[in-house]
Amino acid sequence: MSPIVRRIAQSVLAPLIAVVAAMIITSFVVAIAGSSISDFWSVMFTAPDGRDWVNIINQTSMIFLAGLAAAIGFRMNLFNIGVEGQYTLASYAAALVAGYAFFPGKLNVLVAIAVAVVVGAAWAGIAGVLKVTRGVSEVISTIMLNAIAITIVGYLLSNHGEQYGQGRRTEPIPESSMFEGFFLFGDKNGAVWTLAIIAVLAGVGFSVLINRTRFGFDLRATGMNEDAAVASGVKVKRMVVIAMLLSGAVAGLIWMPALFGDAHYYGPPFQAGLGFTGIAVALLGRNRPFGIALGAALFAWLSIQANPLTLVADISPSVVQITQGVVVLAVVIAYEVVRRRSVAAEQRALRAALDQQSAEKKEATA
Amino acid sequence: MTTSLGTERAPRPVRTAASRRPWWLIALAVLVSVSTVRVLTEAHEIDSPGSLRAAIIATCPILLAALGGLWSERSGVVNIGLEGQMLLGTWGAAYFTYWYGPYVGLLGAIAFGVLGGIIHGIATVTFGVDHIVSGVALNTIALGLTTFLAEAYFSDLNSEFGRGGAQQLTGLEKPGVITIPGISEWANDLAAQHYFIISDIASVIAALTTRVSVVTILTFLLVVVTALVLWRTRFGLRLRSCGENPQAAESLGVNVIFHKYAAVLVSGGLAGLGGGYLALVSSPGFHVNQTNGRGYIGLAAMIFGNWRPGGALMGAGMFGYTDSLRLRDPSTIHALLLLVGFWLVVIAAWMIWRSKKTTSGLVLGAFGVGFLLWYFTTETVPADFTSMTPYVATLLVLAFASQRLRMPKADGQIYRKGSAG
Repeated sequence: MSPIVRRIAQSVLAPLIAVVAAMIITSFVVAIAGSSISDFWSVMFTAPDGRDWVNIINQTSMIFLAGLAAAIGFRMNLFNIGVEGQYTLASYAAALVAGYAFFPGKLNVLVAIAVAVVVGAAWAGIAGVLKVTRGVSEVISTIMLNAIAITIVGYLLSNHGEQYGQGRRTEPIPESSMFEGFFLFGDKNGAVWTLAIIAVLAGVGFSVLINRTRFGFDLRATGMNEDAAVASGVKVKRMVVIAMLLSGAVAGLIWMPALFGDAHYYGPPFQAGLGFTGIAVALLGRNRPFGIALGAALFAWLSIQANPLTLVADISPSVVQITQGVVVLAVVIAYEVVRRRSVAAEQRALRAALDQQSAEKKEATA
Repeated sequence: MTTSLGTERAPRPVRTAASRRPWWLIALAVLVSVSTVRVLTEAHEIDSPGSLRAAIIATCPILLAALGGLWSERSGVVNIGLEGQMLLGTWGAAYFTYWYGPYVGLLGAIAFGVLGGIIHGIATVTFGVDHIVSGVALNTIALGLTTFLAEAYFSDLNSEFGRGGAQQLTGLEKPGVITIPGISEWANDLAAQHYFIISDIASVIAALTTRVSVVTILTFLLVVVTALVLWRTRFGLRLRSCGENPQAAESLGVNVIFHKYAAVLVSGGLAGLGGGYLALVSSPGFHVNQTNGRGYIGLAAMIFGNWRPGGALMGAGMFGYTDSLRLRDPSTIHALLLLVGFWLVVIAAWMIWRSKKTTSGLVLGAFGVGFLLWYFTTETVPADFTSMTPYVATLLVLAFASQRLRMPKADGQIYRKGSAG
């Protein structure tokens, strides 16, 4: 195999194996529960109607941002499990500020987004600082910070939020700060959120930052070989803090498209769990923006398409969570297997070349 | 991906004066301080038999998860999938208890936990996947699977053995409880007198002799068994050697893969039993996502306990006690501020005076004074803050004591057979 073909095969083969494995295992689980496998897949593969497309695109934008947030840390071996807490806290803070409407119209939106970015970054920064100054693993500290963030938001909401139906919420944002969105699939099918554009911008920004800047190079170098990075003058501690801050800042953006396009306040229908979905998607997409985008689209597709499952096939939509988990596990296993095989193939090729060389030498001396 | 949990390298191989400090003196000091605070504030609930009983029940699932983490990490496999294995355990316990009774239910919980362990083992040990990636994936799968299976299997159950629903299965038969007659009543009476010191000791005795679940006893036995097996047998030594230096272990003829698998399966089983405890002992039945992060807390308790069984017990106890406080009245929690503030100041003073760690000591002292001020300026503590305590405590402990912790040297590293060369 030529190297290019092998590289393409490597990057396509593994996700493909993973998706097939996930489909087989999910079918198996559906069968165990005594439901019809064909019903299940026919629901999942029904062509989405306009409204579903809108939902899938909107979900993709949020999941993509979450994946990006996780990926920034992963690229330098920082396991930011705390995306969940960071975006919860940031979303609440942004919704609160936007609700107060200190500034008119769209300026209010800018301020609120800035607040979300700062709060997300600060919350992640705690873990970064604890890591470099006290040697606390970011995995444990971000798990703790997740729980603390969710508790704080719960406390603030129940003590300072306004009563709304069964629960409490922040003050809704003024109408001048809302966005109508793009009605790509007709007026009655809902709108793609205007601020979904943030996801595109963040993706491009991430790509440029990682691949085209000194900082990105240092970040990748630290992730690949920390000792070599230190030897070449990278200040790893500084990098850790900056990477955590950036990761948290992007995490703060996750819910912004929904806030200004749809929800208009922070309250009970708030979509939790995106942080963990983001981690899975980052792993699925190998921490590359394009891969994360595909992974986000896949996850969004699965969760939106699963909604009618109960009604049509009498299957709990939670089954897609199994699919999502298995895809992640299968893809990392598949990458590892493919990598091992290609390393072995390279070694064999090298061995063959060396043998040939020594044989030629022998002939020459003979 | 990075897999170092808890701390960065901080070698402390030799036993220092710290570990020779007479533990009973510390225990006595804690007892006196608790009793003093109780008498001064008249918040008798802080160590009433009922409170301690609730604390023990809250401790056990966390302790089982912590032991699970201990087994796995001692063999060098980071197990963040404890949460998922516990979740599988809750479902296994509910299903098997409904059909075959609580003791088969406990076995079912263990079996389902082991199933989670097998998945984690195949991914990390055989395929060399990053341990945290595998754990995160396992947690997602387990949550989806238990939610899905609950709806598929529990929705239509309704009989004297339990009442099902799409998200829960309640009214399950519980494993037996043991009360030691005589001692139990006597200790409970004495505890109710609110004497200084004496009633506190009686409280502990009462909590340990009144309606103690057999699973609780099993859990504490498992701490001892874990300590003995891992530190006093050849198998345990080999298992730990895989966590310290698998290449060296391999060169001495230890079957590293086998020991890692054994550790991860035991780990899954213990976590599964922890899930079973939640479904059968702590609460009146199963519900979806019952663990609610306890697997992570167990992991934190183990790190808090420096990868040792006794330490894990202490860590789990702290988490369990604060977890059980949610059910107490606010004045009890308020009284605890005084206790925590007092001890923080004492430890800070010790750090500055004996260990010469002035900066850490001052910061800790500031926290202590903060707690005391909080106590003297307020009347109650919001309930949300109580549930936050274990997480904040873990962060503080890691921030101030992580230099004293030492994790297994090859923890989280990916090992391949034959890599010793």
